[in-house]
Amino acid sequence: MADRNLPAAGAERSCGRNQKNLAAMIEMVNIFKVFKSPAGEFTVLKGIHACLYPGEFVSVVGRSGSGKSTLVNMLTGIDHPTSGSVRIMDTYPHAMSESRMAVWRGHNLGIVFQFFQLLPMLSLLENTLLPMDFCNRYPPAEREERAMQLLRLVGLEQHAHDLPTAISGGQQQSVAIARALANDPPIIVADEPTGNLDSRAAENVLGIFDSLVEAGKTVLMVTHDRSLAERTHRTLVISDGEFVDEIRRQG
Amino acid sequence: MSSLSAGNLSAEPDHNSQPLLKLRGVVKIYPTATGGFQALKGIDLDVYAGEFVAIIGKSGAGKSTLVNMITGVDRLSAGEVWAGDVPVHQLNENQLARWRGCNVGIIYQSFYLMPTLSLLDNVILPMDMSGAYRGRKSVDRALELLRQVGLEEHAYKLPAAISGGQQQRVAIARALANDAALIVADEPTGRLDSLTAETIYEIFSGLVQAGKTIIMVTHDESLARRVSRCLYVADGEIIPCPVDKEIDKADG
Repeated sequence: MADRNLPAAGAERSCGRNQKNLAAMIEMVNIFKVFKSPAGEFTVLKGIHACLYPGEFVSVVGRSGSGKSTLVNMLTGIDHPTSGSVRIMDTYPHAMSESRMAVWRGHNLGIVFQFFQLLPMLSLLENTLLPMDFCNRYPPAEREERAMQLLRLVGLEQHAHDLPTAISGGQQQSVAIARALANDPPIIVADEPTGNLDSRAAENVLGIFDSLVEAGKTVLMVTHDRSLAERTHRTLVISDGEFVDEIRRQG
Repeated sequence: MSSLSAGNLSAEPDHNSQPLLKLRGVVKIYPTATGGFQALKGIDLDVYAGEFVAIIGKSGAGKSTLVNMITGVDRLSAGEVWAGDVPVHQLNENQLARWRGCNVGIIYQSFYLMPTLSLLDNVILPMDMSGAYRGRKSVDRALELLRQVGLEEHAYKLPAAISGGQQQRVAIARALANDAALIVADEPTGRLDSLTAETIYEIFSGLVQAGKTIIMVTHDESLARRVSRCLYVADGEIIPCPVDKEIDKADG
């Protein structure tokens, strides 16, 4: 395919297979990100290497300003690396045009943000349905049933016809997760998904991620909350634009 | 943005024709433990096509409640809201959603763009829901609207990739998607710096010149005094905006 190209020159390291003999699903090789400002250049990511395998629940922790959101932006295509390569499954998203990347992202990445931004005029069901209309994976006749299933998955089926204002912030984030799952993406990327929630609501969101991982999804979650990170299979600690530690908890 | 350039606001609303929006005796009572709180106390208001109306007032005065009555987001306790020949107060939820989708563009303080959809798809969304524009036509129209707010080059980016002011411009493009005659904006500049707020005001001015009608709730009095009509909501009632120093008096 014309969209694919080879990793950038200078990609010295790539991911091998894991213990289950699976190839990496996400491969980041030698990522640098330099922001230019009137005050000079600022290097936010300094040679990031990371390999994520299918079915993993991986957290990235770090202080604010450590580069963790920039790192996520490299995966979601919100921003481009200055150098280095990102491979997600068999695709190098940064080699695509923005319009093709938008389509590819719609199929392959479920993105969850700190601020849920449900559309206030639409019911929870309609909010969940929307992404399906922009990605013809499910036939129109099946979409409503699928949206109801997703709301059931996050425990909000009985509120399906309510407006977002009728439910709590934690519940709104659950709907945002249901919405992110609308097109059944294999990968979920969550940037501080609990940053705006109290600890009980955060716990609930983690529970949803756990069940997604059990169902075979791959989840990458950025958080500043180490107690939540402890619930994941593996934690990458980022500091000053570099991974400084890795904590493995299972398999 | 040439077609939306700001200019004078002398485009004369036509007071001889029927008002675009007519409120009569609008009352809103919220139930409370101690009885009922009367948020709106019998509002009468006519808004004519081509007007740029600002609504100011202290928080809790009833501004947002008033806007919610106009957009049909909330139900009135008594009175009537007419949009042309349409009795908005009598529509059921489904009729309301359809009427709103085609006739009112709503802009919020917090933008409310779908974070997982590109800017283009965010603007196409209302067209998709109303069925007013489909397929290639909806894409072309959305690109044209993004061009009008100066963001065509960012069409395929996610909202998180652009600034708050740019996100609000996308929200304006989205509000225009179905070519609604009426734009209702609730604190559209409330989360923006003053320079960015000015850009939003200029886009609104251009829209009014192009024939749209805008009702804007704002806490920014200097902005409110530059539009064609300024209304002041105090204690559930509505009066023309008092001149500068008289606002405290108006609150009694």
